[in-house]
Amino acid sequence: MSLVEKGSWVRIYDVVLEKKDRSPNLPEDTKNVPLEMWNKGFLLEDANIGDYVKVKTLTDRVVAGKLIEINPTYSHSFGKFVPEILTIGKQLKEILRGGESSEE
Amino acid sequence: MKNDRSYEAVMAKRGEIMKKAVGIDYEEFSQGKVAFDYEGMMRKTGYSLEEVQNIQHSVGVGNTPLLELKNLTALARKFAPEGKGARIFIKDEASNPSGSYKARRASTSVYHAKKNGFKGVIAATSGNYGAAVASQAAIHGLDTIVIQECYDSRGVGQPEIIEKARKCEAYGAEVVQLTVGPELFYTFLTTLEDTGYFNASLYTPFGIAGVETLGYEISMNFRERFGKDPDAVICTNAGGGNLTGTARGLIKAGAEHTRIIGASVDLSGLHMASDNDFNRKSFTTGHTGFGMPYATWPDRTDVPRSAARPLRYMDEYVLVSQGEVFYMTEALAQIEGLERGPAGNTSLAAAFSLAQEMGKDETIVVQESEYTGAGKHLQPQLSFAKDNGIHVFFGDPSKEIPGQNIILPENPSMIKARKVDLMKMKKSYIKNAVQKNEVQRLNEQEMNFLQDDAKLTREALTEFLDELKVEYGGA
Repeated sequence: MSLVEKGSWVRIYDVVLEKKDRSPNLPEDTKNVPLEMWNKGFLLEDANIGDYVKVKTLTDRVVAGKLIEINPTYSHSFGKFVPEILTIGKQLKEILRGGESSEE
Repeated sequence: MKNDRSYEAVMAKRGEIMKKAVGIDYEEFSQGKVAFDYEGMMRKTGYSLEEVQNIQHSVGVGNTPLLELKNLTALARKFAPEGKGARIFIKDEASNPSGSYKARRASTSVYHAKKNGFKGVIAATSGNYGAAVASQAAIHGLDTIVIQECYDSRGVGQPEIIEKARKCEAYGAEVVQLTVGPELFYTFLTTLEDTGYFNASLYTPFGIAGVETLGYEISMNFRERFGKDPDAVICTNAGGGNLTGTARGLIKAGAEHTRIIGASVDLSGLHMASDNDFNRKSFTTGHTGFGMPYATWPDRTDVPRSAARPLRYMDEYVLVSQGEVFYMTEALAQIEGLERGPAGNTSLAAAFSLAQEMGKDETIVVQESEYTGAGKHLQPQLSFAKDNGIHVFFGDPSKEIPGQNIILPENPSMIKARKVDLMKMKKSYIKNAVQKNEVQRLNEQEMNFLQDDAKLTREALTEFLDELKVEYGGA
């Protein structure tokens, strides 16, 4: 396993509250899973993926967690194309151009 | 002594942590169990309208364009009865520095934090507010931590919330992302305690005062252009602050005859703290999951007394479906050339329907728009819904079942805002006020407070109290 160098920008993961420590007022499905957390920061010591590490966040806080990703990427996008959307504009323009109703 | 970080121990000292982190002694305004001096709190701890205008002017917030949606108005008139079809306007709040009206709300909080020597600010939000706080803090040179509820237990995140995290980071904020659950508040408290940062809560008098300029501007915009106030202003309603602040601003402008309407996306049937339901909804704000509980019990927030009290100001409350809002979001782009939303277009969908019931010479204002982009757009949100087993199809939107399907209206004539029984909500609020505060008898001061807080006549209030078997009268 390759070493992740100190100072690398990384993503960490931790469990904030185990199942047993969660709030008593939760729906069943939520009660059965822990409260988990993700954060990002600069790695404070050389480490391997999966190690429990400490990072310095953008506000200079030291936060601990399991090292899961180096240079974490934004992967959100416009999703898969939804063809239904295409029909809306066409329909509206048709109505506005006088296809429907009689007004003015 | 070791600092006890158990859930119970942290929650037990919430009052102490909050007092330090907000700098308001709420006790000062307390008037017994039920009542408190709302206006006194707003005056003493908030900022005057003029001060807020100056603060916002100095950071490029506010004075957003008021746009007339002529094509949408023409479309609404195609379906309206003879003589009906009010002119529809939108306050293009996406023009604010962080892309939403939340910049107004954040501007006063961050200004206050800076003035009082705080090094940083913290906000618990999955929405536009995080980006607004981060943007304002960047201007004032403060650090920001945003705490988000973002993922379900599979680690699948709402695309809209992930985009908001990116935007917060773009302004230099640290973003803490959590799985589903109200214990976000636990992480919030421990982070406040560790850092000593200011709690840029959405529900302080600072935040609400920041929104007042929005209502005030709408009135001024209308008087300049038409010599009169708008007939109706419609606000997307979640925690109630948007509506409360806007209504207060309109009142401060003297626009006393403008009807204040709240609109939310109907997500009934989905549990907001449910891990399974989390990714079965396509709206993360502006929906009934916040709108109903926060209106009927405002003091459930991260401050002891919420400055957001929508029942005080709401004349009407309507619901629309997810499919209707997505459809109207596409309509706004396709016939008005404005790509905005989607969540902020909740009130737009409702306005399109309500305009058809109003006279042609009347006006209705959609008081916000918000930025759009990857993740936060009807395209990725519908794609995500499909990936999570939600059926997306054209049909009758009133048949939509949240969490099972999203029904895009087959025809825009099918977009119909559904009116909520406001009296029922007011009754529920009174019940909460009495039961949660464990009172059996209300004095005159408490009666007056409840009347104001739920905008009720004395007769209606006493009728509710009789039903609840609560006594009243006497000092």
